Amino acid sequence: MKFVDEFRDADKAHALAARIAALCEPGRQYKLMEVCGGHTHTIYKHGLEDYLPEQVTLVHGPGCPVCVIPMGRVDDAMALASDPDVIMTSFGDMMRVPGSNGSFFDAKARGTDIRMVYSPLDSLKIARQNPDKRVVFMAIGFETTAPSTAMTVLRAAAEGLTNFSIFCNHVTIIPAIKAILDSPDLRLDGFIGPGHVSTVIGCRPYEFIARDYGKPVVVAGFEPLDILQSIYMLMLQLANGQATIENQYSRVVPWDGNAVALRAIGQTMELRPYFEWRGLGFISHSALKVRDSYARFDAENLFPVPGVRVADPKACQCGEVLKGVLKPWECKVFGTACTPETPIGTCMVSPEGACAAYYNYGRLTRHRVREATTS
Amino acid sequence: MTTPDLDASPDGPASARWVEAALREHDAQAASEATRFEHRGSPQPLPGTVREELVLERIDRARRARPRVKEDRITMSHGAGGKATQTLIEALFLDAFRNPVLEPLEDAARLHVNGARVAMTTDSYVVSPLFFPGGDIGDLAVNGTVNDLSMAGATPLFLSAGFILEEGFPVADLARIAASMQAAARQAGVQVVTGDTKVVQKGKADGCYINTAGIGVIEHSINLGVAQARPGDVIMVSGPIGDHGITIMLARGELDIEADIYSDTAPLNGLVADLLAAAPGLHALRDATRGGVATILNEIATAAGVGVVVSEDDIPVRAVVRGASELLGIDPMYVACEGRLVAVVSPEYADNALAALRAHPLGAQAAVIGTVTAEPPGIVQLKTAFGGTRIVDLLVGDPLPRIC
Repeated sequence: MKFVDEFRDADKAHALAARIAALCEPGRQYKLMEVCGGHTHTIYKHGLEDYLPEQVTLVHGPGCPVCVIPMGRVDDAMALASDPDVIMTSFGDMMRVPGSNGSFFDAKARGTDIRMVYSPLDSLKIARQNPDKRVVFMAIGFETTAPSTAMTVLRAAAEGLTNFSIFCNHVTIIPAIKAILDSPDLRLDGFIGPGHVSTVIGCRPYEFIARDYGKPVVVAGFEPLDILQSIYMLMLQLANGQATIENQYSRVVPWDGNAVALRAIGQTMELRPYFEWRGLGFISHSALKVRDSYARFDAENLFPVPGVRVADPKACQCGEVLKGVLKPWECKVFGTACTPETPIGTCMVSPEGACAAYYNYGRLTRHRVREATTS
Repeated sequence: MTTPDLDASPDGPASARWVEAALREHDAQAASEATRFEHRGSPQPLPGTVREELVLERIDRARRARPRVKEDRITMSHGAGGKATQTLIEALFLDAFRNPVLEPLEDAARLHVNGARVAMTTDSYVVSPLFFPGGDIGDLAVNGTVNDLSMAGATPLFLSAGFILEEGFPVADLARIAASMQAAARQAGVQVVTGDTKVVQKGKADGCYINTAGIGVIEHSINLGVAQARPGDVIMVSGPIGDHGITIMLARGELDIEADIYSDTAPLNGLVADLLAAAPGLHALRDATRGGVATILNEIATAAGVGVVVSEDDIPVRAVVRGASELLGIDPMYVACEGRLVAVVSPEYADNALAALRAHPLGAQAAVIGTVTAEPPGIVQLKTAFGGTRIVDLLVGDPLPRIC
């Protein structure tokens, strides 16, 4: 299939793998973090790690939108949704994220009106069709999805809709990367930069990573060859002792980002002083809220929101997994108390979460896979 | 601005009771296993790969534990054909009705009635929309039950039809559905010989639901069942996968995607008859409905205690199905078919079986997709087109679209 198969060509992958192997210095270990959950998903779905030499390890980063939502925010959303006048709308990935009293799916089964949408614009449609109801969109995601939420708010304003609002949980990627770089228990050699976020913010915001921390970044696309090529580009920089920002995904990512999208975000949203991230704790200036001038579309302004903080369960080590300190299987409850059917931690919910990806796709050690498939 | 001190209350922040319960259960299990991997007091941690193996063994044990429905209420996941459906059936229905005929949980029950071998099955149809490209709820209801009987190796003979109709449902639509059922029955060589009609108040159903049950006779001595799969067996599918599921998703009109695609709904009894005649070494047959081919492969691996290795390159998927799946972020391996079967054949009959499938119009694009292996038991692996490998697990919940 055009535009897909050429990015999954096994011959090209073999050639790239040979080049990556040739760049490995004897005795040196390389730890590269893919920041984005979309990359994690691609890596596992296509079995990309089979191409990497033992010396190169991929560390799965915090860029999975639902994985970083703390339980308290799910409870807040549930409280909003339980208002009989409210229709809550949400992306599918969010539906299974557990709060302290179950997930949206469980609430739906109890009769709460929660509907799955593919785009925030679908929520507007529902608002128009149900003028006697108040429609709330559960807005989540990084800078990737924030523009579509912003455009939806702008459209709602233009149409003069009075029964639509968003429960804003948008987060920004740079503070999370910075928190990881500053975390004392982690040693990384470089970053596979998030491609879709970068379509919006461009490549410049990553410059501090090279300048202040001396780590290379390669912004990458989402097909397996994109990621393999990015690993090669990172290895090449490391071999040459370089640390710069490169753009492997130049077919989609403009160096300066998308000005229209950024303007829409800036017009409707502003940074929160702080926001709680699942497992990572409070990070200052790491999330967006609706601007006061659009407060009539801000569910946090229109409804009473409990705002009770729910502690991450002690046994749940999502934070360490999100920071890449632990591999998914090293978490104490991985695969036993915490599974994709009954996730305790959010990393187990989304197909982009490191734990779910490992559980669903990778749950065999490499050498056993090789034994079983090369016979 | 500094971080607020939200933990200042004497009790600390609230915690979720269900999590505490899950963790207590986990601790009890870990203690009873006296697991080795934590090595308390051991000066040297075990090497990474050894620890990983031990964790994976522990997960295997957890997965083999007695299934239990943890939810208080039925969710949509219980009907999606994946893990939740399986748990509900095994923990609740099998527990309530347990008997040797039901226990294999095959597509149809095999009965001995006065010396004759009879197969019996039932299935309910709640598809939305009722009419879709390539078919409607009527022919689906006939073909689905015909196919469940065929997968037991039976010749389908008689069907029942039960209708649950919503007040206000157009009679013209019902007539169209009945005509479509009769046409499908004629094509499959079966008769609808008994039925039932119920009407519920407006809003208590969605137009029209149909239940069909069917009986057929088993006229050969081949013992079919997913538990019969043996290492070395060859796995094939009878045609491109995922057509039906993608057709329905697009026909709902919520995605604003238009494509030239039709449901594959079809009666497979003719195809199965040819296959049985050509390949006495047939070990198992399944039609890949809800949960798709991936679910069938997992049932084979679990029931027979074998490994399954399939190759992504060899699995036939139409370009339009692949394209839609890529857009929606779903895997065609989990998408339902209504006229495709998965066959497990002993290797010496594999060529004959494939030739027999391909000689039939409904199996013209049949393909060998993989093999049964001895190791690792219970696990389905996919060699990806990209050249890597990964596990193909049972689906959790509905296939969800990705958000970014």
